Amino acid sequence: MNLQEYFSLVFSDYTLRTITLGTAILGAVTGMLGSFAVLRKQSLLGDAISHAALPGIALAFLITGAKDSNTLLIGALVSGLLGTFWIRGIISKTHLKSDTALGLILSLFFGFGMLLLTFIQKQPNANQAGLDKYLFGQAATLVESDVWLMAIITGICVVVMFLFWKEFKLLLFDADYTKTLGFNTKIIDILITTFIVLAIVLGLQTVGVVLMSAMLLAPAAAARQWTNSLSTMVLLAAIFGAFSGVFGTAISASQDNLSTGPVIVLVASVFVIFSFVFSPSRGLLFRQIRFISNRRDLEFQKTLSFMYHIAETHDDISHPHTIKILNNFQGFTRKTLQKLVDKNYVTIDGTMWSLTEEGFKTAANLYNQNIKTHE
Amino acid sequence: MNSAQFEIQLIASLVAIACAIPGTFLVLRKMAMISDAISHSILPGIVVGFFITQDLNSPWLILLAAFTGVITVALVERIQKTGLVKEDTAIGLVFPALFSIGVIMIAKNANDVHLDVDAVLLGELAFAPFDRLTAGGTDIGPKSLWVIGTILTITIGLLIAFFKELKVSTFDPGLSASLGFSPLVIHYGLMTVSSVTTVGAFDAVGAILVVALMIAPAACAYLLTTDLKKMLGLAVFFGVFSAISGYWMAHWLDASIAGSITTMLGVVFLLIYLFAPSKGLIAVMYRDKQQRIEVSLLTFLLHLKNHSEVRERHVNHLNEHINWQKVKSETVLDLALKNNMILINQNIVSLTAKGDEFTSQAIDYIITNEDAQIEDMKEDFFLFRG
Amino acid sequence: MKQMDTIKNAHSKDEAPVSTGVLAVKVDDLTVAYNYKPVLWDIDLEIPEGVLMAIVGPNGAGKSTLIKAILGILKPIAGSVSIYGKPYHKQRSLVAYVPQKGSVDWDFPTTALDVVMMGTYGKLGWIKRPGVKEKKASLEALEKVGMLAFQSRQISQLSGGQQQRIFLARALVQDASIYFMDEPFQGVDATTEIAIINILKELRKAGKTVIVVHHDLQTVPEYFDWVTFLNVKKIATGPVMDIFNDDNLTKTYGINYKVSVQK
Repeated sequence: MNLQEYFSLVFSDYTLRTITLGTAILGAVTGMLGSFAVLRKQSLLGDAISHAALPGIALAFLITGAKDSNTLLIGALVSGLLGTFWIRGIISKTHLKSDTALGLILSLFFGFGMLLLTFIQKQPNANQAGLDKYLFGQAATLVESDVWLMAIITGICVVVMFLFWKEFKLLLFDADYTKTLGFNTKIIDILITTFIVLAIVLGLQTVGVVLMSAMLLAPAAAARQWTNSLSTMVLLAAIFGAFSGVFGTAISASQDNLSTGPVIVLVASVFVIFSFVFSPSRGLLFRQIRFISNRRDLEFQKTLSFMYHIAETHDDISHPHTIKILNNFQGFTRKTLQKLVDKNYVTIDGTMWSLTEEGFKTAANLYNQNIKTHE
Repeated sequence: MNSAQFEIQLIASLVAIACAIPGTFLVLRKMAMISDAISHSILPGIVVGFFITQDLNSPWLILLAAFTGVITVALVERIQKTGLVKEDTAIGLVFPALFSIGVIMIAKNANDVHLDVDAVLLGELAFAPFDRLTAGGTDIGPKSLWVIGTILTITIGLLIAFFKELKVSTFDPGLSASLGFSPLVIHYGLMTVSSVTTVGAFDAVGAILVVALMIAPAACAYLLTTDLKKMLGLAVFFGVFSAISGYWMAHWLDASIAGSITTMLGVVFLLIYLFAPSKGLIAVMYRDKQQRIEVSLLTFLLHLKNHSEVRERHVNHLNEHINWQKVKSETVLDLALKNNMILINQNIVSLTAKGDEFTSQAIDYIITNEDAQIEDMKEDFFLFRG
Repeated sequence: MKQMDTIKNAHSKDEAPVSTGVLAVKVDDLTVAYNYKPVLWDIDLEIPEGVLMAIVGPNGAGKSTLIKAILGILKPIAGSVSIYGKPYHKQRSLVAYVPQKGSVDWDFPTTALDVVMMGTYGKLGWIKRPGVKEKKASLEALEKVGMLAFQSRQISQLSGGQQQRIFLARALVQDASIYFMDEPFQGVDATTEIAIINILKELRKAGKTVIVVHHDLQTVPEYFDWVTFLNVKKIATGPVMDIFNDDNLTKTYGINYKVSVQK
């Protein structure tokens, strides 16, 4: 199946529709909540939580023997929350810093999870096929009930976000101030954290524990570049996330032997790179262009004011001077001189230049402004 | 124990030592998550290197992959400098992207590359003894033993040669710059060693478990000591202990060796986290309780010193004005009495000469920011602790 | 030099303390500890209504801590705070807070007007959204601090002084009786400093109480009519005219501290 076939089948084929809908919803909800994680400077917490969920999945399987994703996700949720609280415990009760706590929980939980997975594989009666998908994600294994679960949780999340939008924004921007206004910051904090953990757990089947954190960060980081409004950012992150999900699934479905997780992450990374470079207000490309044009303006002004100081010493401001004296002055280039002529500030006669009336006035204004700002 | 078993344990121990040394510095420099980033992003380097050399233990592959690790660090720092996203986000964006590229490269070339995703995450320590190195026709041991042995030797050499520089730049980057050795060089040197070690260990224990071997032993050691040399020694000890006990656990459970080693590290960390003598959870909570009462005692004594009015020194005032629960007031009063700091006469509390002296000294220390002295002072004055 | 003149003109003698004899804030036996090291010790403080008060003291003296403990951001280990005779948590709507400028992420995706609107959230309570009334109040506050033209600017594109004015506007919109400000003059330009102090004086004229953590000792007599010296303990509190002297400065700052006090 190639990409074209995929998109022509999306609306008619039941399985493809289910999978596509699932990844779109997942991308949207992780994008939205990821915006909160990024703004709270908890970018790597998602990485730790998703890794910490692995032993929960394995244990849920060992205890219940069930393979349906809902049971396993409850295991993942419990173990993810346990990891989150232990991280907080380590940071608040010992002198280990947050990076160490994150790395510890991430690697130790994951290692334990891998031990359990290999242990399960060796069990004679267990049909363990399917647990592997939680490492890198297999969107193809999504069934309708999984998508329903995602849709319901996303729905709840949207409603809660809508209701508590004001409180979320306030806490994200200024937690201390939130307290003085009489809001219980703990409740808001628990709401946000719980939803982030939920979103991560929902995505494990599709994207996998190893790469889930990128689903939180990438759409949000891309969205941040295009807007200065929190609501637009959350909306854009949801859209970017949904598109990454759909495109990633399409590409991985149209190729053999490709897990969905890595492809979705790469598509999301493309969004990030594009945004970093081409965003009009923050992007690197326009920043560079602005930087160059500012430097030109500065050179232009410096040359003009240099000329002004020379012309000032003469009674006749348009007294001609040789271009040579400009040569040992730093801001001067042929181009700036040409620009001055174009603007009619300077006239050139052979190797001599002279300031026009207009040029002298402009330069005088520049000079006065400079004095004012230095005062 | 046969020779293959012995060799596996030896390799695992060497890997643990090689990881513990840079890991200690990463933890101290608050860069633990960088090791996570490196361990993921070397994957494309390994795959490309494998295409070129066709040998996972080739030194060229190791250098190429390690270079990818250093590039990752540089890339993260470059993104941070743009100010477009915050520090952590930069790490979180770079390594999943690079890791994804690696995984896709493996998947797309599954027929040519004898690397599978499980090996990437878990390593193949159990098979390590079967890939032997021969010199002039004689078997001189498993290849990975030589690889990790070489890396370890270089690491130890660098550690001894630059110990002073590493120490100063870790604890005081400003001083280090003024002494003339650039923190930047040390930083990238450490990043290079970490990357090389990660690549060398990767084959044996897999990507994510390298992170465990770097961070967990160092974190355990940091809960027991703050002396750099002792910390390095303890980290090495915990690493080797977990490596060997983890091996036997895997043997017994018939499960992944790398997973077992990490689980043992987890158990060791949990024990130390709970029971470390002065920084463990239980010790901290016990001290918290003691300190809470003692600081309340100080507060109470100062209150007595500040107020001569009878009203302010009445026993009931503790509950009403200082806003304490009844139990707490009683505990504090009790402790003050036991230590002969106060006298109670008809429910009016007053300081004894000893209490007065103690309070004056304490406030002096706090105002001059020498609060550490208060602990010594408590030793001198207190008959009973809180 | 010109600016100094402006400040002096703004400060004329008819602005003597408008104290009404009512206590706006009363702090009793307040002790705060970080990691069980006391940073504030047994503070008793009475702040009369209608004063413009500076809290001064060396670094680490606990100035910001005092404000944060009064506002319930930090939990004290002992003591109580009352606002107009009632416990603080019952009187929250009477109190506004201007945190240190550096305490928030100015790259947060939001506009100047949006930040000022946050000042209305407390009165709205949970879930209810700000409406036309709140927006109008916020625009008025922006105008008061001279930032109306910048209402839709992203906050990272504002200068340090402008950011401080936005914070001030956010507190103004709370329409409180008591204003707590943590170093509002730190890192602001001279024009903003004058603008802020003029607004503070206006607040005092309207009978509000303003409490400011302040660093610049030279300007204390010009800006304030009440002062509290703090260094872990309370050293002194009272009218600037009576207690702002070398003796108290030395007690607070340790070594023989001299400042040319203009009386």
